Amino acid sequence: MQASQDTPSPKSLQLTESGRLKHFLTITGLSKALLTEILDTADSLIEVGERNIKKVPLLRGKTVVNLFFEPSTRTRSTFELAAKRLSADVLNLNINTSATSKGESLSDTLKNLEAMASDMFVVRHAQSGAAHFIAESVTPGVSIVNAGDGWHAHPTQAMLDMLTIRQNKGGFEGLRVAIIGDILHSRVARSQIRALNTLGVEEVRVIAPNTLLPKHVESLGVTVFNSMEEGLKDLDVIIMLRLQRERMQGALLPSESEYYNLYGLTTERLKIAKPDAIVMHPGPINRGVEIESEVADGKQSVILDQVTNGIAIRMAVMSMAMGGQMEEQQLKQKAKNDIEGNEGEI
Amino acid sequence: MTIRIINGKRLNRDLQWETSHSIDIQDGHIIAFDKNEIKAEKIIDAKDCLILPSLIDLNVALREPGYTAKGSVLTETRAAVAGGVTQLCCSPQTRPVNDSRAVTKLIKELAISADCCDVFPLGALTKGLKGEQLAEYAALKSAKCIALSNAYNPIKNLSVTQRCFDYAFTHNMSVFINPIEASLHKGAMHEGHVSTTVGLQGIPALAETVAVAQLIQLASASGVHLHLSQLSAKDSVDQVRIAKQSGIKVTADVAIQNLLYTDEAVEDFSSTYHCLPPLRSEIDRQALIEGIKDGVIDSITSAHQPHEAAAKQMPFAETDPGMSTVEFLLPMAQMLSRQNELAFELFIKAMNQGPASVLNLPANSLDIGKPANLVVFDVNKPQYVDNESIISRGKNTPLFGKEIVGQVKATLFKGRQVFDRA
Repeated sequence: MQASQDTPSPKSLQLTESGRLKHFLTITGLSKALLTEILDTADSLIEVGERNIKKVPLLRGKTVVNLFFEPSTRTRSTFELAAKRLSADVLNLNINTSATSKGESLSDTLKNLEAMASDMFVVRHAQSGAAHFIAESVTPGVSIVNAGDGWHAHPTQAMLDMLTIRQNKGGFEGLRVAIIGDILHSRVARSQIRALNTLGVEEVRVIAPNTLLPKHVESLGVTVFNSMEEGLKDLDVIIMLRLQRERMQGALLPSESEYYNLYGLTTERLKIAKPDAIVMHPGPINRGVEIESEVADGKQSVILDQVTNGIAIRMAVMSMAMGGQMEEQQLKQKAKNDIEGNEGEI
Repeated sequence: MTIRIINGKRLNRDLQWETSHSIDIQDGHIIAFDKNEIKAEKIIDAKDCLILPSLIDLNVALREPGYTAKGSVLTETRAAVAGGVTQLCCSPQTRPVNDSRAVTKLIKELAISADCCDVFPLGALTKGLKGEQLAEYAALKSAKCIALSNAYNPIKNLSVTQRCFDYAFTHNMSVFINPIEASLHKGAMHEGHVSTTVGLQGIPALAETVAVAQLIQLASASGVHLHLSQLSAKDSVDQVRIAKQSGIKVTADVAIQNLLYTDEAVEDFSSTYHCLPPLRSEIDRQALIEGIKDGVIDSITSAHQPHEAAAKQMPFAETDPGMSTVEFLLPMAQMLSRQNELAFELFIKAMNQGPASVLNLPANSLDIGKPANLVVFDVNKPQYVDNESIISRGKNTPLFGKEIVGQVKATLFKGRQVFDRA
């Protein structure tokens, strides 16, 4: 197909020529080595959060714009904290009600923000591919970090989950991981599946009724289970997804109670998994809908570790992407100078 | 005006190539082959070129009235003749919708003043294309609408469809329908493993095939000639095959982009490949090509949808669907033939005899005494596609920024040169 060569692939779009991160849009196309580098960098930054003065100067003098076209509390605040701990200036914009409803196009909104000399946009948008589109349209040198686009990707969430798994399990080899719930509408699940497979776990499972699974989901590299009793066997890691209440409207599910009866993670069901299995959830939790309170707060739960790790992962990704951009700009400038220098000699 | 085309190879009615020493054209007609009977006022050298009957395109959006940021009758008919098309049907999806004599006449007048090619307007199947009330078919027919169409608007109520078919049959008009079952038609690309990967909502093939099944049943009951526009799914082709075998008056076409590309092209969110119906799987694409080969699909169309740049500069699902294709039909056909997927001669048949029979019009043919409707196509001429070289107002072609092979050198319509590359 001649088609796929047209636009830069996500891989070439988010990496510099030397293979360093310059945007962070999706896990797709990133190597195991690069994902490990992100985790290692985050590990080294965790310590910053434990200091009295919680700041490092990696992004000093840089302006980071949190551009949220969808409401978010947790993700936006951890990005804000991460940027501030890196010493950046931060501007928070919640655009779901302002510019776009006045008919301004996304491109025009971006041009205006670029004119304010921003260095990095952290973007959340309801449309799949929005971060990709923005990365293609911004001025070279501006870095884009995807904070969630449609059903496509939420790569920082996936990486903070990977960090949590590595902290608790020591690595990825041999692990069996299940993602449970609404896979169809979940950008988190798509990014997690990519990351888990790239990092080399033994098996990734999805557990859900067929109405909450995308068609051809097995093409993502997962084993499909419709039943918790089957799917939970031999698991090392259990990742629960939030069930959106509006799913009852589209005839995807009959009721919350039937869902909980079949797919809710209860103390009883947790026993089917390995005794040292960890329980994760990207939040916010619907207690009694997808997970029992006792499990969410129990000793196998690492849900709050995920939040803490979120700041470190976002610091890591932001500093790496900005570093990649700066290196690329310097190389371009050097190449330009070389050409001009040569012309001078002629 | 007398014109002589010297050199080249010409395609005869039986789709065979003949060496052409000369073709003499006088008073709009072909009057002689390989003789020097006239004193030609103009000579066109077709050395290394193919001389083809010109193309008939069942589906071109001219965008006028109402959407002139995207295109106009003048710009898009110019693009059409640059692509070798001399007769085309234009969509009723204008603003206002072409559901009245006044709009049809306006389009006809604009086409006459553009003076490039024949424009056959399709009238709206329902008022305002809303799928609720019948449009005035008798009035549309008297204003020279060639057939009726729902454009891309699904008709949500089957009893309305049934009455449209009965009323169209009463007036002996064909109906062109894009088969869309609205309740299943949510999303922006084909539902398959790519939509799952990129997290875009997928339009299942069922959204088309369920509609095809219903439409064939309704058409069969009413007796109307149903033309299914832009098939995209394998199962649709299979259904049309069976319907034709059982004698139902059904014909079908496919858009060139569905023969060339698949949903894999959407992997990088490139909005150029946002089409309606969507680019589907490789299995579907192969079935569509087979459908052309065995004649189940009667016609290939450009499904030309020119857009202004801004319409494609948004996140994928928010962009307007469609490609600007009409002026690249022959280079695209050549891509298919050079990939050994569809013979070039069959492509020409599907853009000449095929659509002519759908419209019940004579096909264009290179025969003595016939109107000189022909294209001179320079097969090996490379061209770089960019803003300057694209004639259509819509630059939204997947060939943008690429070097392609093959270029229309000249197009003649009724003996007049309506396009000259020089």
